[in-house]
Amino acid sequence: MIAIELVNVSKIYRRYGGRQFSTLKSALLKQSLLRDLRPSETFPALKDVSFAVPAGSTFGVVGRNGSGKSTALKLVAGIRKATGGVVRVRGRISALIELGAGFHPEISGRENVFINGIMLGLTKQEIQARFDDIVDFAELREFIDAPVKTYSSGMYMRLGFAVAIHVDPDVLLVDEVLAVGDEAFTHKCLDKFSEFRRRGKTILLVTHSLNVVERFCDEAVWLDEGVVRAHGDPRRVVDAYLTAVEKTEEQQMAATTARAVESAAPPSTRPADMFQATEGRWGSREVEIADVVLVDGRGEPSFVFHSGEPMSIRLKVRAVQPTDDFVFGIGLFNAGGVCCYGTNTNVEEMIPVQLVGDAEVTFAIDALDLIEGTYKLDVAVHKRDGAPYDYHRLLYTFRVNSRTHDVGIYRPHHRWMFSSNVRFAARGTNDMTE
Amino acid sequence: MFANLAQLFRYRGLIQSLVARELKARYRGSVLGFFWSFVNPLLLLLIYTFIFTTVMPNRVEGVQPYALFMFCGILPWNWFSASLTEASGALIAGGNLIKKVLFPAEVLPIVSVIANMVHFFFGLPILIAFLVIYRHPPDRWDLVWFPVAVLVQLIFTLALALIVSALTVHFRDIRDILSNLLMFWFFATPIIYPWFQPGLERYKPLFNLNPFTHLAVSYQEILFFNGAIGHWKWLIGLGLSSILLFLGGYWLFDRLRDSFAEAV
Repeated sequence: MIAIELVNVSKIYRRYGGRQFSTLKSALLKQSLLRDLRPSETFPALKDVSFAVPAGSTFGVVGRNGSGKSTALKLVAGIRKATGGVVRVRGRISALIELGAGFHPEISGRENVFINGIMLGLTKQEIQARFDDIVDFAELREFIDAPVKTYSSGMYMRLGFAVAIHVDPDVLLVDEVLAVGDEAFTHKCLDKFSEFRRRGKTILLVTHSLNVVERFCDEAVWLDEGVVRAHGDPRRVVDAYLTAVEKTEEQQMAATTARAVESAAPPSTRPADMFQATEGRWGSREVEIADVVLVDGRGEPSFVFHSGEPMSIRLKVRAVQPTDDFVFGIGLFNAGGVCCYGTNTNVEEMIPVQLVGDAEVTFAIDALDLIEGTYKLDVAVHKRDGAPYDYHRLLYTFRVNSRTHDVGIYRPHHRWMFSSNVRFAARGTNDMTE
Repeated sequence: MFANLAQLFRYRGLIQSLVARELKARYRGSVLGFFWSFVNPLLLLLIYTFIFTTVMPNRVEGVQPYALFMFCGILPWNWFSASLTEASGALIAGGNLIKKVLFPAEVLPIVSVIANMVHFFFGLPILIAFLVIYRHPPDRWDLVWFPVAVLVQLIFTLALALIVSALTVHFRDIRDILSNLLMFWFFATPIIYPWFQPGLERYKPLFNLNPFTHLAVSYQEILFFNGAIGHWKWLIGLGLSSILLFLGGYWLFDRLRDSFAEAV
């Protein structure tokens, strides 16, 4: 059975251009009352979106900011109306969109629980029956008779969550509420969702924590600019989404790099202190680095790499005069400006013999064992005594993505070993708490 | 629209608890608490008494004690004007509910009206006390009309509250227009002067055009003047047109409903 169904749903938001400070007077004066009530510009938040959520399943919605996720959720909740298409929902809905919306600060937690419960569609008797559960879940027994304005934001949130979850819905809509609480609260929410799942309720989850989607959802959609880009197995959807995110990042990196290289094109003087230097380019240009390309494992130019995969730095150099005094060097810096690695042909005891005309130099890394982050690159060619021919300082930017969220500045090649009395569950089989 | 209107009946529990919340929250933390509901009209009565018996005494035949006469009209007027003022801001103030929760928006202006109706009821004991003090008991049979007048005023106020609240979402300056309009309206209605005051005869058609005239006059006839209720035809007429106005107001509200979540 289908619990939630969206068929060719579209939602167009109106932008009332030039009517930011709408006044009745001006509308009457210009006789534009009716015209002003019409949109001057429209913005499609959802375009022809269709998906169905089977009853009892947990369904994830991922996507960038502004992709229409929350709009879709609000349409399902009935808070907003679709401009076109059909939204069908079976069963009682509870929406965890904004926790504690509608709490009145002046009155006590107890009274707010009742009023909030009624707003969410419960009767007084139902709330009375669940009141103790709600208060215990929110851990607010001693404060329940204090006015809500005296609550900390965490208490407020807990109470809001407790009421919404005790509506005992058939369909639970969750929008990023996991991001608001502390660790313990997040665990509690996730535990509660697990319980819902076990009881065969339907959950529609909008979130940016892809881990939760992968480990917890039965199915997922990826929305991008109001269009369903992928639908199905959560891992596949998340992968597709991440790939697209990388593509965007790559475009941004390419733009950053192009800007940096362009602005550094005129030769600048060598800074006094090399380690203080910001991005720039200097040197005599007797030997010139004409082009720098980062290449991934498949030989494609790229700006986004995965931790552990190969990466090559390909330099095109041009010697104006044949020379026998040259050193190639590279340096990798993380976003904090820390040099993660630096080397050159001289320190690796390669003795230069000859460089003539156009040449190509490749620095190949078999496994890029860097942690996730954005890195900058130094490339240089200089004399053995250090006098630069062409020094490119921090001009090239690339990104390393990693599924592992380890920390530090470098990842040693490693593995874990345990004696037989230490055991771990395989990923995805434990409950969804992190 | 009629389906939504029927739904309204289902929200009575919600309206009831929101009205209770409104009343509780209003005086929470104040020392006198609910007592303020009595103090406010009492002070108003004292001020008007002083002005119209001492500063500029009104000596029109048949409306003595004058303070009592005025009070019969001021009390319902306060209900009316406070309701509209609050309703005009109700949707914007409750924006969080409309945007984040599946919430029937019409409940908000309705709550404004009903909460002020409760305040009106709180003022009645003072009115009764003064009727007793001045030894000016109303006709017992006239009092049958009192609930009718309250009901007509309720429907009339609800209708305007729906319209005002829905339009204010789109035109914020309705709130300011309204406060000025209400002041003008107050003085244009025979509340602090009797409708039969000599010299006002030629304004009678204008009085009759003003719907609140018929409410004020009805209250005055029921509570203050002896003799038969001569104004009942007007009151019933206003009641019937209020029902139409309410349906029209609800229709307008319903049409604009979908824009609230985006515009507040």
